[in-house]
Amino acid sequence: MTNTDTSPDDTDQPPPVAAATPAFEAAAIRAASRRGLFMALPAYVYLVIFFAVPFAIVVVYSFATRTRTGGTSLSGWNLNSYRRLGEQIVRDVLWRSLGLAILTTIICLVVAYPFAYYMTIVSATTRNVMLILVMIPFWTNFLVRNYAWRLLLSSGGPLSSVTETIGLGETDLLFTKTAVVIGLVYSFLPFMILPLYASIERIDHSLIEASRDLYASGSQTFRRVVLPLSMPGVIAGSILVFVPSLGAYVTPDILGGGKEVLLGSYIVTQFGTARNFPFGASLSVVLMVVMLTATVAYFRQGGRNL
Amino acid sequence: MSSRTTPRRVGRRIMGVHAGVVFAFFYAPIAILIVFSFSGDRIVGQWGGFTLDWYREFWNNDQLTNSITVSLQVALIATVASVVLGTLSALALERFRFRGRRVFDALLYLPIIIPDVTMGIMMLVFFAEGIDIVDSLLGINLAKGVTTITLSHIAFCISFVSVVVRARLSGMDERLEEAAMDLYATRWQTFRYVTLPQILPGVAGGGLLALTLSLDDVVISQFTSGPGATTLPVYVFSLIRKGVTPMINSVSVVMFVASLVLIAAMLTVDRLRSTGSSVPSAVPGGELSAEPAVGGHERGDT
Repeated sequence: MTNTDTSPDDTDQPPPVAAATPAFEAAAIRAASRRGLFMALPAYVYLVIFFAVPFAIVVVYSFATRTRTGGTSLSGWNLNSYRRLGEQIVRDVLWRSLGLAILTTIICLVVAYPFAYYMTIVSATTRNVMLILVMIPFWTNFLVRNYAWRLLLSSGGPLSSVTETIGLGETDLLFTKTAVVIGLVYSFLPFMILPLYASIERIDHSLIEASRDLYASGSQTFRRVVLPLSMPGVIAGSILVFVPSLGAYVTPDILGGGKEVLLGSYIVTQFGTARNFPFGASLSVVLMVVMLTATVAYFRQGGRNL
Repeated sequence: MSSRTTPRRVGRRIMGVHAGVVFAFFYAPIAILIVFSFSGDRIVGQWGGFTLDWYREFWNNDQLTNSITVSLQVALIATVASVVLGTLSALALERFRFRGRRVFDALLYLPIIIPDVTMGIMMLVFFAEGIDIVDSLLGINLAKGVTTITLSHIAFCISFVSVVVRARLSGMDERLEEAAMDLYATRWQTFRYVTLPQILPGVAGGGLLALTLSLDDVVISQFTSGPGATTLPVYVFSLIRKGVTPMINSVSVVMFVASLVLIAAMLTVDRLRSTGSSVPSAVPGGELSAEPAVGGHERGDT
């Protein structure tokens, strides 16, 4: 830190004449560039070693061969692991995970939109209270939140006794697809509410009034004015829910009991009991590609809208 | 806005009821968890009279208390390291143009958007296969455990700290720094007396976020932990998989209370910030939704 402080000081307070020359400006730009790189360097190096390199290793592994003993041989690159993605069993896992992630995203969107909209029309005090109440589950330990549902849904547990008393019979939801979706919605709903609220709140209210003045009905105003203007929030929220749902590992394990094999646990199995690193790596690459595509799409969309 | 028309009022009321139902959905499971952590029945989810036995059992469980120590150790080191590295990188990205800036920017965002499982697998393979290289490079001996967990946590915490601090920096008036320098403050003095006080709430917010994320993490820790050193969430996760016992209820309640303390700290920090954005900036979702503005601004610049 100190080297950069002292050495460029004389160039920092230049006489006005020197400031005008292009050579001086170029030198100043170079100095600033050096300083910036110097500050970024520790994090840069850290992320290259502990993120980029591991990332690259996984990509390389996806083209490697599994040896008979479960090791990984790097000689002879091939696409065998990617070819396995076509197998029926693998396709089932991929489709099932995709379906669950899409279902979770849609439910979150439908539940969160009116909620976020309501937050924009209540008084400032109520809104702040609502924001804090949304944030608390958001910050609460992920494991605790999923475990709470495990307790609630357990057979003969609280929910079951409630439905029994009101005459709906015993519910046995634990270790079903429904339980997994409930858990995912519960985990990621705040991710949908917050960006939606941010984008709806930003809408110029006079546009809504103008639409009403021009005899648009409430639903027309919503479809033609509010919804299109809140699209950035819809997209941001959907991606924030979809990506973690697709790679979910803890929720399907706790609430699904590992009965329904999903992408997350399938990947983990390849690195655990199945000991097929190349195949697991290729599945991870597929997951990363989906995630990157979604994010790039989001930035593109955001770039156009904001 | 006219509130004369009845359909609007009905719509408003329906949305109000809906909001109530959403809050019930959010809080009922947690409330039930708290109630049942005091239940005397051995079967989880059956009420059997008030008791504190499960808290006592939790307290006397050495493995649990050990894992709490590991968790705190990891979280504290990861927070300090990522606050320093994240703040430096935020300053570099917001205030300077340098070679490789865009690559660095992209590299910083990746750990935020990559799914937990993928990151966990990456670290698992890295520490399993690349560990000899790191050992010889850094001249240390890495056994899987506290060190590897901490190293992985720092890797994803840097990004979150950097995003929070950058949001704060971009809202700060650069002319203040220029004014300080015009008044012959050195670069260090400008940073120490002008920039740092201004971004401090952002740094604190980023630090709290890093602390929470580190304490919260299950998946990445699971893949980087070794025998004898597991964090609390990893240990609890393994307990849940073995079968639920009422003791897990009490552990969960303690974890929930710890989260509440962190939220309180977060809100205090949030109040210290200027009222720039409408969404509390301690909410990552709010920042992510603000990102396109930053991205667009950069595209226009270069």
